[in-house]
Amino acid sequence: MSQITNRISQTGQSTLNAITAIGYASILIWDSILLLFMGKRVNQPVRFGLVIDEIINAGVKAVPVVALMSATIGVMLSIQGIHTLSIFGAETQVTFGLAISIPREFAPLITGILVAGRSGSQLTSRVGSMQLNGEIDALTVMGIAPARYVVAPSLIGLLVSLPVLVVIGNLAAFSAAGLYIHATLGIGPDAYWADILDVVTIDDFLHGIMKSFIFAILLAMIAISLGMRVYGGAEVLGKSTTKSVVTCIAAIIGADTIFALLL
Amino acid sequence: MSSQPPIIVENLQGGYNGIPVIHGCNMEIAQGEIVVIMGGSGSGKSTFLKHLIGLKEPMQGDVKLFGQSLYQTSIYKRMDLLKGIGVAFQSGALMSSMTIAENVALPLREHTDLDEELIQVITRMKLDFVNLLGKDDLLPSELSGGMLKRAAVARAIALDPKLTFMDEPSAGLDPVIAAALDDLIIQLKESLGMSVVVVTHELESAFKIADRIVVLDRGYIIFSGTPDEIKKSDNTRIQNLINRVPEEEEFDAELYAQQLMGQ
Repeated sequence: MSQITNRISQTGQSTLNAITAIGYASILIWDSILLLFMGKRVNQPVRFGLVIDEIINAGVKAVPVVALMSATIGVMLSIQGIHTLSIFGAETQVTFGLAISIPREFAPLITGILVAGRSGSQLTSRVGSMQLNGEIDALTVMGIAPARYVVAPSLIGLLVSLPVLVVIGNLAAFSAAGLYIHATLGIGPDAYWADILDVVTIDDFLHGIMKSFIFAILLAMIAISLGMRVYGGAEVLGKSTTKSVVTCIAAIIGADTIFALLL
Repeated sequence: MSSQPPIIVENLQGGYNGIPVIHGCNMEIAQGEIVVIMGGSGSGKSTFLKHLIGLKEPMQGDVKLFGQSLYQTSIYKRMDLLKGIGVAFQSGALMSSMTIAENVALPLREHTDLDEELIQVITRMKLDFVNLLGKDDLLPSELSGGMLKRAAVARAIALDPKLTFMDEPSAGLDPVIAAALDDLIIQLKESLGMSVVVVTHELESAFKIADRIVVLDRGYIIFSGTPDEIKKSDNTRIQNLINRVPEEEEFDAELYAQQLMGQ
């Protein structure tokens, strides 16, 4: 009997913790959005220089890995597409499959997951060590709201970087797929790009971009709030960083599924 | 505003998770006064300090900085009020990714419209005040314990606050460096007319620098007076504290047995 009571109590506690965490993350993001628009009015302006630093960190430095991974996915999709369609003798139709799946699914998803791995872990470990080191408290007593100094620049950095990275991911995936298809099926670049542009609609493209904004907000919410809630020592920081990456990726895949079901 | 005492603590009650640790504390500090808050381990010194510097909402009562309530106001008004104080944390809590000069310049960059050249001059003046001129480009991780504490003081006084808090400034330092820090605190009062609140358990340091000593015991202020008055106090707990006599805890056999059994 006591085991059942314990289990119910543990489940209740976990649910309560999860709700608290979501509430905390939402307040953090809401505060930073508020300061973004009315920071000057309350003497807490978000600094442009810090935003640029975050764009460089989360965006510019992620370009090589996003381009490379997207190109790999593009080639992989082409291989699989040609293999499957060859059963029906329709391998030249592979461009249609690519044109639908890359901008709507693969480019935003692979970009989101890669940025979660890079920036999600980096944000949690950075904010977490600031918390452990007393730097967050120090900012507060200096009259610098952590929401505007730490959270807002990271959030804007991700909101700017992710959509641009998705565009780069699209270009890299389509280009690499085009090269592979040219080498395998002999379809020239002109014909390939004409096919792609014929099938890809602006809606498909915007669908992917829209997702990237949602992914950026989720990433910032999860990674920064987990960092802010680090207390204790290095072991907790390590666990929080791991938790951050796993939670960010799970949230991105979950949001992607909801998007696919609804839109 | 200037005629108001820098800080007034009114019937402050604070603690953790609804359990009070600080009970009905009242305190007032005059301009240009050095007040040392003393107490043994677990006396509530750190919690009391957190309430004084805006890091912890009290359960009851209030803290007034320069005549304005720190807690019965919006979070951004509180941030504005906190710009008028300086805090040197026990661990330094310097931004680990910034050099010493950048740390000292941080409040100036965030809260003033001064041009960069002037900020650098003021930064060097503050570093010179704490004998760290020439160490501008070092990172906090490259500093010794004493240098770290002095750098924290330099950052705390960057905006020339009327009130500065110092948490255990001499803890963990050798006697010579601890004495130098004591001189620095006296200099803050004599040269800059600052009020300084020092939280410490170092008796020698307290008697050297204090205009007034406030003794905190089990969350209550049990004494407030000059160093001479504290020496003459007939309160046993105060005498035990200043004569370093360990407290005789009442032995509870049943409780002890329970603790051994891990209950």
